[in-house]
Amino acid sequence: MFQFWPHSIESSAEWSLDRRSVHDAPLVRIPMSSPIPERGDLSCRMHTCFDVYRCGYNPKNKIKVYIYPLQRFVDEVGVPISSTGLSREYNDLLSAISDSDFYTDDVSRACLFIPSIDVLNQNSLRIRETAQALAMLPRWDKGMNHLLFNMLPGGPPDYNTALDVPRDRALLAGGGFSTWTYRQGYDISIPVYSPLSAEVDLPERQPGPRRYFILSSQTAIHREYRVELERLKEENGEALLLLDKCSNLSQGLASVRKRCYKGQVYDYPQILQESSFCVVLRGARLGQATLSDVLQAGCVPVIMADSYILPFSEVLDWKRASVVIPEEKLPEMYTILKSIPHRQVEEMQRQARWFWEAYFSSMKDIGMTTLQIINDRIYPYAARTYEEWNNPPVVKWTSVNSPLFLPLIPPRSPGFTAVVLTYDRIESLFRVITEISKVPSLAKLLVVWNNQNKSPPEESLWPKVAVPLKVLRTKENKLSNRFFPFDEIETEAVLAIDDDIIMLTSDELQFGYEVWREFPDRLVGYPGRLHLWDHEMGKWKYESEWTNEVSMVLTGAAFYHKYFNYLYTYKMPGDIKNWVDAHMNCEDIAMNFLVANITGKAPIKVTPRKKFKCPECTAIDGLSLDQTHMVERSECINKFASVFGTMPLKVVEHRADPVLYKDDFPEKLKSFPNIGSL
Amino acid sequence: MQAKKRYLILFSAGVCLILLFYLQGPASRRTPNRGDDPHPHWPHFSDPLRAFIPWDQTETEDYNVRVSPRHKRDDNSGAYKCRMDSCFDFSLCGSNGFKVYVYPQQKGEKISESYRNILSSIESSRFYTSDPGQACLFVLNLDTLDRDQLSPQYVHNLKTKIQNLNLWNNGRNHLIFNLYSGTWPDYTEDLGFEIGQAMLAKASISTENFRPDFDISIPLFSKDHPRTGGDRGYLKYNTIPPFRKYVLVFKGKRYLTGIGSDTRNALHHVHNAEDVVLLTTCKHGKDWQKHKDARCDKDNAEYDRYDYKEMLHNSTFCLVPRGRRLGSFRFLEALQAACVPVMLSNGWELPFSEIIDWHTAAVIGDERLLLQIPSTVRSIHQDRILSLRQQTQFLWEAYFSSVEKIVLTTLEIIQDRVLQHNARSTLMWNRLPGGLFTLPQFSSYLGDFPFFYSVLGNSNPEKKPHLPIALVILKTLISLFRCIIVLWNCDKPLPAKHRWPATSVPVIVIEGESKVMSSRFLPYDNIRTDAVLSLDEDTVLSTTEVDFAFTVWQIFPERIVGYPARSHFWDSNKERWGYTSKWTNDYSMVLTGAAFYHRYYNYLYTQYLPGSLKSMVDQLSNCEDILMNFLVSAVTKMPPIKVTQKKQYKETMMGQTSRASRWADPDHFAQRQMCMNKFASWFGTMPLVHSQMRLDPVLFKDQVSILRKKYRDIERL
Repeated sequence: MFQFWPHSIESSAEWSLDRRSVHDAPLVRIPMSSPIPERGDLSCRMHTCFDVYRCGYNPKNKIKVYIYPLQRFVDEVGVPISSTGLSREYNDLLSAISDSDFYTDDVSRACLFIPSIDVLNQNSLRIRETAQALAMLPRWDKGMNHLLFNMLPGGPPDYNTALDVPRDRALLAGGGFSTWTYRQGYDISIPVYSPLSAEVDLPERQPGPRRYFILSSQTAIHREYRVELERLKEENGEALLLLDKCSNLSQGLASVRKRCYKGQVYDYPQILQESSFCVVLRGARLGQATLSDVLQAGCVPVIMADSYILPFSEVLDWKRASVVIPEEKLPEMYTILKSIPHRQVEEMQRQARWFWEAYFSSMKDIGMTTLQIINDRIYPYAARTYEEWNNPPVVKWTSVNSPLFLPLIPPRSPGFTAVVLTYDRIESLFRVITEISKVPSLAKLLVVWNNQNKSPPEESLWPKVAVPLKVLRTKENKLSNRFFPFDEIETEAVLAIDDDIIMLTSDELQFGYEVWREFPDRLVGYPGRLHLWDHEMGKWKYESEWTNEVSMVLTGAAFYHKYFNYLYTYKMPGDIKNWVDAHMNCEDIAMNFLVANITGKAPIKVTPRKKFKCPECTAIDGLSLDQTHMVERSECINKFASVFGTMPLKVVEHRADPVLYKDDFPEKLKSFPNIGSL
Repeated sequence: MQAKKRYLILFSAGVCLILLFYLQGPASRRTPNRGDDPHPHWPHFSDPLRAFIPWDQTETEDYNVRVSPRHKRDDNSGAYKCRMDSCFDFSLCGSNGFKVYVYPQQKGEKISESYRNILSSIESSRFYTSDPGQACLFVLNLDTLDRDQLSPQYVHNLKTKIQNLNLWNNGRNHLIFNLYSGTWPDYTEDLGFEIGQAMLAKASISTENFRPDFDISIPLFSKDHPRTGGDRGYLKYNTIPPFRKYVLVFKGKRYLTGIGSDTRNALHHVHNAEDVVLLTTCKHGKDWQKHKDARCDKDNAEYDRYDYKEMLHNSTFCLVPRGRRLGSFRFLEALQAACVPVMLSNGWELPFSEIIDWHTAAVIGDERLLLQIPSTVRSIHQDRILSLRQQTQFLWEAYFSSVEKIVLTTLEIIQDRVLQHNARSTLMWNRLPGGLFTLPQFSSYLGDFPFFYSVLGNSNPEKKPHLPIALVILKTLISLFRCIIVLWNCDKPLPAKHRWPATSVPVIVIEGESKVMSSRFLPYDNIRTDAVLSLDEDTVLSTTEVDFAFTVWQIFPERIVGYPARSHFWDSNKERWGYTSKWTNDYSMVLTGAAFYHRYYNYLYTQYLPGSLKSMVDQLSNCEDILMNFLVSAVTKMPPIKVTQKKQYKETMMGQTSRASRWADPDHFAQRQMCMNKFASWFGTMPLVHSQMRLDPVLFKDQVSILRKKYRDIERL
């Protein structure tokens, strides 16, 4: 098959890696004289050291990642380059990537290359030989677009903060970067995986106060810092728990799971759940696996590791989940933490646990997060948002982010477009048109002709109005036609109005528009309605008139932003839109749900108006009709609440009136003297 | 020419790829498994693998033998490689807080208007100190803005002048502002003098030279950029659909050769003269004719056909390609015009990148992928456009619209670093009303501010514990308060204890030390609830009125909710702002003699406003309410809310004897007028906004049985 990229390097033997044992991986001998890559270039950035053309334009905005097949590298005398070989964790990581959407087995399509050489722990590596092995990779090309994962960099005595293996331009996902070695926007700071994550199940605890205020559980704390911690313990007593290794326990797994204080033994990491704050001090390295345990326990980490680049700091807002204190201020730790409001501590506890669940809990999470960060850099316009990265699911569900969030009071001049829904009540329609045309800010009239069997009257028969009037004929008699975002609506403000609403005065309508300008992201209407919880029936109930509260306004006459037409037509959840069309009812309730759900805000009721009296309606069966009506409307509320999965409507006790409404003041001096009646 | 060729090759490569894709597509579908390899995935090994870290080594090791952990921290302190830890002396900021000292100006030293604006912005800010002994940060009196040797603004001998500064101390805790560095042909980022350990607030800074969390990238601004206030963003409507006449526009110089010329030289490949209009001109410099290439005449002609302003205001996206330097004026222009900037400037550390999440307001492109830009921006969903566009406006008004805002943002960023754990979170910077109005010292908990309820996912202030606090008591008040605080601002001694009314809630009496007006807005620790009801001693309100106003305030916790309202207007004859207390059809202020507001505004009033305005209020014993209204409207960009009241406040005021003098005084009114104008000049703009509505209870004065009404008393006279 013809390939655009040269594709001769890989032999076909390397492709058939369906082996069950790592020992069957091909053995590769590294010649002594094999070239060594250059040390990492500190000035590398995505635009200088990363070949973006390999990633290409891609409708899914997803990078493709290739993993080199496993090989066993040995030096000339047959000694392996690593004492561990492929570690369990690195194997997990590569499996996860291989199972993900990022993976490609086609090296020619790959944007990112991941060597199967395990460099997670520098301690188990022979530096020079590992570097030579990297350079032998068939696509190495100065390390371009290669990604290495390292969690434990450096070694005694200096413990450098980045992997010491020379690696040309390769990207480094490293645990324990300092601000001096981290190439911002190029490298990725990752957590040090804690083996306890898989070992121990710590159930999530409700945020709140804990038995201890501060807990220190690390065993290899520098003696100077331990002295300072002990001094803090002396000053503040019971609030602090200062744990250390248990001297009487034998080495091994058991001792890892225990901590001691004055002969008393505590289970680790369970004990972390008993404290509000947990100390994470730098050790020889900046990155500590303890951080992961602490987050898992929902304890707020107090990170004291100067110049440490926190894991995934490119996307995670650590201020919401941790307290970072300079090492120098260790003695002030207690005072600093005491100054944090309780509710903030609870927020941080919740956030800490969420960070662990989403980004720390497995090698898979760590790997996927790393790739997503790189993906976001390559397709920045499709990047995940701050909220997507940082908001725990409960916040994602409950927080609202109004699409019209800017506090803008639009100018009066463009006016509003009135959209009149009509079927065949010509006479009443013409009266409505005549009435609305008196409103000063009316810019245009659109008549949505919902009757497919009858043509609208001839042009000459229509009332003469000063603004453009356009009749739009619909294909089907659907209620949702009234909320269609017609191109003819050129203003932001829409007045939805029924063809029988003739009782609203010009002042009333103009005032409604003025109020809408102050609240362009809300529904602004006249008669208000309310939803109530019926305890007896255990469901929602619709309530009209004479209540002291309002949670909906009728859209028989209401102002709103055209954006909501677009939302109603294209983004209405579930089957609500079709359901409304089928039942020919409740389109207004649906609109109220939609707006309240996306903005988190209540509608604004203006003026005293309580109902739309319709003169044509006769009183026959009025009462029973009313009752069926109420039952139907209640059903709508229950149906919508179940589709939305929540009750988004908000209840308020106010309405908007003109400033001088009913004030003892000459009527002729009032802007809106004729504000109508009930 | 070379660039052109390169792009041509690139383009044809792209075409080839697409062709290949088509040719290859069906073929690969026919043979899903390539060759002899059915399992290209990572294999599942059955071997027991070792952990990457042995159990007993999760914590290391021989660390304890090291002399002191502190030694490690200083390992990397070279002169140019600076971080706050290594190059900044935090101890200078400890006791006095974050204070900034500006070296006194020297005679004969020429300072550009822009730099003068920077200095005066600092001097009029709350951070300023004239005492170097108090200072945490030092700002030079030498103009370092333009370090282009070929520029007329270039200051010579800076090196010596700076070395001679007595407090220079190798630049420690100094902040240097710079807009232009380097010159033709290579435009390096060197300033031509040793900056030592000083921080740079620099425009067009590259990621390579940028010292993270130490330097600050500022936007390039013109010498006409207003000192304070600044114009608002141009966005007036959120039209739906949000698309404008053009998709993408650019109009600017083309350099033909040399640094930064590639991208602009290639723009014509993307220009389509319809909705993507990218125009360049070769006409700049003295001898442009000499250097012109084959495209120049054609490009120049096309360039003259379009009006820049018209394009700016009618385009959804605006291209911001690098010029000779990485930043350009196009950036701020696009931001203000609500034209979503499409950045094409590889390696530019974007302005205030430390705190601004630019993904929410701009499209960050890659110069190497210029040819993809049109399809990229076309693929952006209209909901996203709507939000990007609004965010440009928020960021423009919060951080960029005046020199003062740029300078204050720079200082606040540095202050955040000094505050460390108390610093603002990303949310505080990137959400309305922005970092300059969200003071992190008030609280680290977002819910303590009136702005973030919806972000946090809890609805508006919790119902139960939020019982308001009265600042000045009345006899009839009331069981719904958690606490009542009386501020005794009178020279007479406090009444004897037995003369105070018996109440079920604690009454705390604070005797104002200085007995000044501003003390009514001090953030007293005793105020524990979010809602504050501020009252004058002679205000008469019924419980119903207070109850109702409180329910309204809970819906609008970021605004002032009160009873008597006032209005402002522009007096075009006198060319100044006018104040009116007449009954009008609209209002822009509510008096704080009877109003609910969020406790945070007490803090903001006390901390944010400059001493000059507060002392003016204290001296006049007047206008404190106007100032509070200015402040809150500057934050919210919204009017206050007037709610129903039973009687006219004014009448009762005049009827009272105790302090009627304050309102009867003929000077009183004139003072308030003057206050308005003073305040407007400090804010640099008129923040007040008019409203035409009043909020009443739903059944207010309706003809229905009074028994149905919850707030009956409001209607009874």
